Amino acid sequence: MEGSHWPYPNEMDREEQVYADVLILGGGMAGCYAAVAAARKGKKVALVEKGAVIRSGAAGSGFDHWESACTNPCSEVTAEEIAKAYIDEQDGYSNGIAHYIECQEGWHRLLDIESFGGKIRDTEGEFEGADFRDEKTGLMFAYDYQNKFTIRVWGSTFKPALYKELKRLGVEIYERTEATTLLVKKEQGKRRGIGAMGMNARTGKFLIFTAKTTVLAMSRPARIWLFDADQVGLCEFRPTQSIGSGHAMGYRAGVEFTMMEKSVQGEFSAAGRSFPPYSTGNNHNTWYAATMVDARGVEIPYVDRDGKELKTVRERYYPAKGQKFFLKGGVIDNPKYEYRGPETLDFEELMKRGYQLPFYADLSRMPESERRVIWGMMVGEEGKTKIPVLENFTERGFDPEIHRLQSYGTGWQSASFLPQERQLFGAPGGIFHDWNLKTNIDGIYAAGDQLYASDCCGFAAATGYYAGRKAAKASEGFSFEEPDREDIETEKKRLYAPLYVEEGMDWRELNKAISKAMQNYCGGVKNDMLLHQGLELLESYEKDMVPLLSCKNPHELMRTHEVLDILEVCKLILNACLLRKSSSAPLCFERSDHPEIDPEEDRCFITIRQEEGKILSRRVEKDYYGDVKIQYEQYNRDYEEEAAGYEEG
Amino acid sequence: MKKVEFEAKAVSCSVKPLVFDEEKCVGCNACANVCQVDIMIPSEEKGKPPVVLYPGECYYCGSCVMACPVKGAVRLRHPLMNQTKFVEIGE
Ligand SMILES: Cc1cc2nc3c(=O)[nH]c(=O)nc-3n(C[C@H](O)[C@H](O)[C@H](O)COP(=O)(O)OP(=O)(O)OC[C@H]3O[C@@H](n4cnc5c(N)ncnc54)[C@H](O)[C@@H]3O)c2cc1C
Repeated sequence: MEGSHWPYPNEMDREEQVYADVLILGGGMAGCYAAVAAARKGKKVALVEKGAVIRSGAAGSGFDHWESACTNPCSEVTAEEIAKAYIDEQDGYSNGIAHYIECQEGWHRLLDIESFGGKIRDTEGEFEGADFRDEKTGLMFAYDYQNKFTIRVWGSTFKPALYKELKRLGVEIYERTEATTLLVKKEQGKRRGIGAMGMNARTGKFLIFTAKTTVLAMSRPARIWLFDADQVGLCEFRPTQSIGSGHAMGYRAGVEFTMMEKSVQGEFSAAGRSFPPYSTGNNHNTWYAATMVDARGVEIPYVDRDGKELKTVRERYYPAKGQKFFLKGGVIDNPKYEYRGPETLDFEELMKRGYQLPFYADLSRMPESERRVIWGMMVGEEGKTKIPVLENFTERGFDPEIHRLQSYGTGWQSASFLPQERQLFGAPGGIFHDWNLKTNIDGIYAAGDQLYASDCCGFAAATGYYAGRKAAKASEGFSFEEPDREDIETEKKRLYAPLYVEEGMDWRELNKAISKAMQNYCGGVKNDMLLHQGLELLESYEKDMVPLLSCKNPHELMRTHEVLDILEVCKLILNACLLRKSSSAPLCFERSDHPEIDPEEDRCFITIRQEEGKILSRRVEKDYYGDVKIQYEQYNRDYEEEAAGYEEG
Repeated sequence: MKKVEFEAKAVSCSVKPLVFDEEKCVGCNACANVCQVDIMIPSEEKGKPPVVLYPGECYYCGSCVMACPVKGAVRLRHPLMNQTKFVEIGE
């Protein structure tokens, strides 16, 4: 095994130029849907993906529930109601545009995937008669059974179905290819995206993508505060290779971001502080609303938002008296009273009442269909559960009818992080955009987890498709623009440099140093001095350590590039933190030198971008996008006909 | 660019996420081709399981096992510390 031959051809001396009307960077949920939309408009589409599209991205191996499908035929809520609830829930630090798109068009994207071969309903009648199943459509709902806007889906069927459809549509797919830098041209003082550059991570071939419009769909940063050199792939929630390259290349090119000062205390890092997602006893997300018991086997009560104890399992899935609907899902762990659903009693209250740790999930006490849908469908279809949880635990002998599964520590996440161990989680910052999902740079669009305050598959699919159709339309107004040879040569030099360094520094050492620096200088409590010192330290790494990086093949080179991007993103985060001169509860942002919490004058989006090495920022009102319903309708007359097709079924 | 010879050297890791059963594996490399993290390379010997060059980068998504045409030819296992405990009800 030691020192084998590299099995792929060495193409580091080769260059390929590709022309596409619409270029899509990132082939996860958002990128694939963007490609579908643009291809349906008859455009020549190129899709660049670091992994292999068939299973790449956060939802590659699956996911189990699709949020905010407000236009599905069983829904009792409107897109407007849910989008506005999300905005209000986050005190306005939410993405109203994208949420409305998700609520309005998400259902259409589910019908799309079904037509490609994905499974979105119980076609075999496996759950006939269950409370959560609509008998007419076979659709199955999660959380709020009254209002029926979160749909349980067979997410493991989605990526392969999308992949097949992309091939059918003739999308040109560049896999195992990392996008590394955006190509931007300045025309009459205005910038415009004209494509991107990249490298094949197996052969080292250099690629130049010349495009009329570009969609960024490369997910969000990771490995900023959390890094484990031994188990790199376990230390974050999202896939190993998704570390925010899209943010880094956007920031370098002058794209505007917002909310990058927001980060939360870690929630998932199975390299130590927590367990693999969905693999412990709990009653959230995939496991909602499992019966929980304490160490003695005493059942833990569920209460509604008014503290009324619920007597039956069924009641856990219905709004409280006088409540129209409740919100649950990805970013909403502890919602405001207005949107709060049934939940087990508060931990402190449980301790007062004498409940004893450890707690367990005990599915044996649930109705058969609820047990079977949690263990077998949700655990199974949810990302990273089919094999490592469902199959492996079953092999180890776990049977939910006779076993209870442990929950660790005091919270339901079985996690215990320090305040400085942070993550970009719970609708973090990202690319700022308008109603076309266009960035501040003409020709450059964004979608999915790369957008600010993003989350979830419905969000990614709906914004992906939307960005794809807007980018397709806009491409009609542009022609191909040849990139400057100088830009290409500079990029090549930057990309290949570590291959020429002998006995240098491994990328892991630098990643570890960066994450330690971020814990020290951008931890739970921040101040100007710490942030400036953090920047100084990272700049010294950039100047003195980056030239020492060394590696032996294109795969390791890709990992090395990732650390360069992580470094760039850290600078973006530190600078964004410096720009907000107060603390903020909804942004989970605490400053010791500006302890005032959410003062009136700072209740706004603060944006950040670079131009000629200078940092520029502006303040934008939280409701800059206007009334979501009215604005959406104004911007999407071109979609009305298409939409009607879905609604007629 | 001036070509540099590429080398493939396995990076050590304290755990083994993937284990192959050489008897069952047909060496089709479906697992390696589907892996979004690209942690494996095909074996130099035809018909043999791929080499897990970068075990520490494994994301534990299970897509490799899902893609495998022969049940049991490749197995994914979480590190020991991540093996959640379960107990029999009534114990
Ligand atoms: C374990 C898990 C379970 C989840 N469960 C649910 C669920 O049940 N319901 C739900 O709604 N949401 C769920 N989510 C969240 C959801 O999966 C994501 O929000 C969604 O998939 C984001 O889609 P995206 O296209 O924006 O990003 P991704 O799907 O992650 O795609 C980004 C893609 O960009 C590629 N990429 C990155 N950098 C580059 C580069 N430089 N060049 C080229 N390509 C690049 C990556 O390889 C990746 O394929 C879950 C997430 C995880 C991790």
